[in-house]
Amino acid sequence: MWMKRLFFMLIVRPLLLLVSGIRADGLRNLPKDGPAILVANHNSHLDTLAIMSLFPVSLLPKIRPVAARDYFFGSPLRRFVSEKLIGIIPLDRRGIQKSGKTHPLQPMLDALDRGEILIIFPEGSRGEPGKMKPFKSGFAHLAKMRPDVPVVPVKIGGTDRSLPKEEALWVPFILDIDIATPYHYGNDIRDFIQTIERCFHADR
Amino acid sequence: MNPVTLLVSILLVLLLAASATIGLMQRKSEKDLGELRSRITSWWIMAAIFLSLVLSGKPGAILLFAIVSYLAVKEYFTMIPIRRVDRRIIFWAYLSIFPQFWWAYVEWYEMFIIWIPVYTFLLLPFRQVLTGETKGFLESTGRVQWGLMLFVFSISHLAFLYILPPIEGIGGVEMLLYLVVLTELNDIYQYIFGKRFGKRKIVPKVSPNKTVEGFTGALVATTATAVVLKFLTPFTMPESVMAGLLVSSAGFIGDVVVSMVKRDVGIKDSGTLIPGHGGILDRIDSLTYTAPLFFHFVYYLYY
Repeated sequence: MWMKRLFFMLIVRPLLLLVSGIRADGLRNLPKDGPAILVANHNSHLDTLAIMSLFPVSLLPKIRPVAARDYFFGSPLRRFVSEKLIGIIPLDRRGIQKSGKTHPLQPMLDALDRGEILIIFPEGSRGEPGKMKPFKSGFAHLAKMRPDVPVVPVKIGGTDRSLPKEEALWVPFILDIDIATPYHYGNDIRDFIQTIERCFHADR
Repeated sequence: MNPVTLLVSILLVLLLAASATIGLMQRKSEKDLGELRSRITSWWIMAAIFLSLVLSGKPGAILLFAIVSYLAVKEYFTMIPIRRVDRRIIFWAYLSIFPQFWWAYVEWYEMFIIWIPVYTFLLLPFRQVLTGETKGFLESTGRVQWGLMLFVFSISHLAFLYILPPIEGIGGVEMLLYLVVLTELNDIYQYIFGKRFGKRKIVPKVSPNKTVEGFTGALVATTATAVVLKFLTPFTMPESVMAGLLVSSAGFIGDVVVSMVKRDVGIKDSGTLIPGHGGILDRIDSLTYTAPLFFHFVYYLYY
């Protein structure tokens, strides 16, 4: 855990908050403590780091981005960064068939029960820069199973310029982060997904 | 009294007066003056950062100008439309900032004056060729170079003004303070005269808040201030009048040119960095014109 804190204090926060700069709107909607589910759009590896750097360092150990096991545990270096420095919860993209008997969402439910804050990108992958893909339903199922946990939509802009997919050169641009007021699960999965999705299409 | 101490005292009195006035206004008025209040709080903070770094000596002062320039050009690059390949061009554009301020630091005038408008402007199109993307080449080159021109090249004249050697005991520091204080006061005068007497709009499409009355009022007030603050310069009386007229009109032009940029991309404020003011571009827009013009005014007359 100390590695994660140092990584954010010495590298991520100086680079993102000072060199790149973040304009955050609705910071008061950011959960003060877990459990909570943050739902964000996804364009860049910077998305996760940018959202995490908004939280106080003391809360960092509780922030758990959900990310694909096949990619983020794909090499020893990536595994080290993902596990020790960021603290992801690995997700099996191929679902129940491959992961055996346990439910693929079980690790996330456990995390919520431990009072942790999940960051979920329901588009599934970074996709084409600046374009939104339809949301997958995982976060809504989690919200259904834990109806007391607030779901906070977080809209990010600018990361697709700073560090798009398939580019290794990071170029500083100001990032925009809009944190919406929290939602709770209603009674229908599809409705809930649509409600959350609408937050991302609405104009700022 | 030492000119710098005198100026700092004057600024302190002005800021205290502004805070006191806003406090009294708030007590009488029903309206919430929060916006105006946070603007004045920001003035306190900006004045404190600016004065402490400028007076800390050469490295601190030049570092401050370089950082302001970087933050401004970053706001600009964030708001303009770009193609994916432009990221690499912009990366190189950022890299030109440090040398530009280094030339000022080592007082290499010839290099300082051509580094951006000759070498960088010739290099960036070549970098564009290497990307191989021909579509939108001219627009992209124009956008990136114009940003460097306004927010790096122009602003870096503050640094070269700062390092100018003293004349009759008055050095670059005093003249830099003279320029910056006049430019910012001119903005405030335009705002106050425009609010109080403003009727006829000058450039309604570009900037609806700019009025003939605001401009003229500021022209007179800034020129009067330029004469009062003459102790910060080696100027004669006629020269300080000319400096006042120059800073006031150039400040106006810088302001509306940057507004033009924001109109073109459809943004009102360039950022939220400074509460009550917007982004850093909104604060230094006038300086993009006053810094180079005032610098050459001084350089021509005295160096």
